[in-house]
Amino acid sequence: MEQYLEIVRTFDVLGAFWVNIRLAFLASILALVLGSLLALFRISPIPTLRWAGGAYVTVFRNMPLTIIMVFMTLGAWGQLNFVLSRDFDTNFFRLAVVGLAVYHAAFVCEAIRSGVNTVPIGQAEAARAIGLPFLASARLIILPQAFRGAIAPLGNVTIALIKNTTVAAAASVATETSSVMRTMIEFSSSYIYAIFFTFAIGYLILVTPVGLASTYFSQRLAVRR
Amino acid sequence: MKPQQTVLFDASGPRARRLTLVGSIVGALIVLGVLGFLLVKLGQKGQLAPELWLRAVEGNAWQNYYLPGLGFTLRAAAVAIAGALVFGLLFGLGRLAQNVVVRLVSGVVVEFFRAVPVLLMMIFFWLLLAINEVTADPSFWGVVIALILYNGSVVAELVRSGVFGLPKGQREAALSVGLTRGQSLRSVELPQALVAMLPALISQLVVVLKDSALGAIIAYTELLQFARRLGSGQGNILQALTIAAVLFIVLNWALSRLAEYLSHSLRRTSGRTGAEIELETGVGASTGGGAPAGPEARTGARPRPGPGGH
Repeated sequence: MEQYLEIVRTFDVLGAFWVNIRLAFLASILALVLGSLLALFRISPIPTLRWAGGAYVTVFRNMPLTIIMVFMTLGAWGQLNFVLSRDFDTNFFRLAVVGLAVYHAAFVCEAIRSGVNTVPIGQAEAARAIGLPFLASARLIILPQAFRGAIAPLGNVTIALIKNTTVAAAASVATETSSVMRTMIEFSSSYIYAIFFTFAIGYLILVTPVGLASTYFSQRLAVRR
Repeated sequence: MKPQQTVLFDASGPRARRLTLVGSIVGALIVLGVLGFLLVKLGQKGQLAPELWLRAVEGNAWQNYYLPGLGFTLRAAAVAIAGALVFGLLFGLGRLAQNVVVRLVSGVVVEFFRAVPVLLMMIFFWLLLAINEVTADPSFWGVVIALILYNGSVVAELVRSGVFGLPKGQREAALSVGLTRGQSLRSVELPQALVAMLPALISQLVVVLKDSALGAIIAYTELLQFARRLGSGQGNILQALTIAAVLFIVLNWALSRLAEYLSHSLRRTSGRTGAEIELETGVGASTGGGAPAGPEARTGARPRPGPGGH
C-alpha cells in the first residue's frame, strides 16, 4: 500500500488529471462557441448556411476523434507548420484543445438543434397568433423552451468530452492521464489493477457530478407538456 | 423551397424569399471563401502537389495499406459489436431482474464501464494481456474487450429503456394470461424492445467503428495505423490521413443513414420506438455518458424527433 502511494506520488497522478480537466474546460468553451454558431447555421432559413452546417456535422460526427488528433500533430503542425505556441508542450496542448473542440462542436450543434426540435410547432403558431413578430417569438417563446430541451443532450456531450480528453495522447500530450497510466503500468506492472482503478475512479469522480447535474436540471427545468 | 416547416420560421412570402436568396448567395460566398482560403494555404505549403495525392490513392496504397487496415478495423468492430450485444442483453436483463442483488450489481457494472474512458480500458487490458502473455495478439483483444465493455454497457441501457418504453399493457396482458414475470420479459417485452432498439444498435456500431481507431494508440494495426505508415513512408501523411478519414466517414455515414431509415420505417409500423431517444441525443462520438437514461424515459421531457431527421 505504502509502496503504491509512493508510485502515485512520483508520477503525479493529480497533475495528470489537472491536465485533462484543463483540456476539457478549454475545449468545451471552444466547442460551445463553434457548436452554437453551427446550430444557428442549421436552423437558419438560408439554404447554403444550412447545408454548410449539415456538411460540417456529417463530416466530423462520422470521423474518429483519433484521426483528428493525429491530424493536428502530424498534419497541421508537422506538415503545415500550424503553431499555437512557441513552447513545445504548450503547442501540443493547444492543438489537442482545438482538435477536441472541432470534433465536439458537431455534437454540440446537434444537441442544440434537438433542443429546438423539442418545441412543438403549436408554440410558434400561438406566438404568431397573438401578434408577436419574429424576434419576440424567438426570444420569448421558442428559445427559452429550446434551451431547456438542450440541457440533457449537452450534458451528455460534456461527459463524452471529459472522457475523450484522454485521446489527447494521440496528439502527443504526454502529461495527461492515459499516457501517465501507461507509463505507470509499464514501470510497475505488479500494481496494474490498483493503477487502473485509481484512474477509473478519478474519472467516475469527474463524470458523475456532471451526469447528476444534467439529469437534475433537465428534469427540473423540463417543460411539462 | 422545401415544404418542411420549422418552429422558428413561417412559410416565407415574396420579400422573405428575396432576402433568403440574397442571404443564400452571401452565405455561399463566405463558405466558398473559407474553403478557397484553406485550399490556397494548402497549395502554398505544396500539399496539393498531384504526386502526393496520386501516391495516396494508387493501387499499391489500397492493396498494402488501406484495405488490410480496413479489414483489421472491421474485424475488431464485428467482434466488439457481437460481444457488446451479448454483454448488453445480459446486464440489461440484470438491471430489470427482480432480485435486488442482481439488479444492484448489474447497475454498478454498467455505470462503471460507461464512466471510464474507453482508451484507459484499452491500455489496461492491452498491458494486462501482454504482461500475462495470455494471447499472441494483446492489442487486438485490448481493443475488443474495451469496446465490448463500454458499448455493452450502452446496449444494456438501451435494453432497459427499450423495455421501460413499452406500454404497460403489454406486461399486464402477459401476466393475465398466466405467464410469470420472467416469461413475460423474455417472450413478450424483450422481443419488442429489441426490434425498437435496432436503429440505436446500428448507431452504436458507428461508435464502435470510430472508437476502434483508438487502437492505433495501443499499436493495433487498424486503418489509421496503416494510413500513418503509408504517409510517413512516402512523405504524404496529410493525404493518407485524408483518405483514411474519408473511408471512415463514408462507412459511418452509410450506417447512420441505415439507422435513420430503420427508425423511420419502425416508427411507421410500431409507433414510438424507445430507440428514438438515443438516436436523437448523442449517437456517435464516444458520447453517451454517465447520465442515467432510465428515469427520463417516462417524464415525456425527451427530445422530439426532428422534422427532417438528421
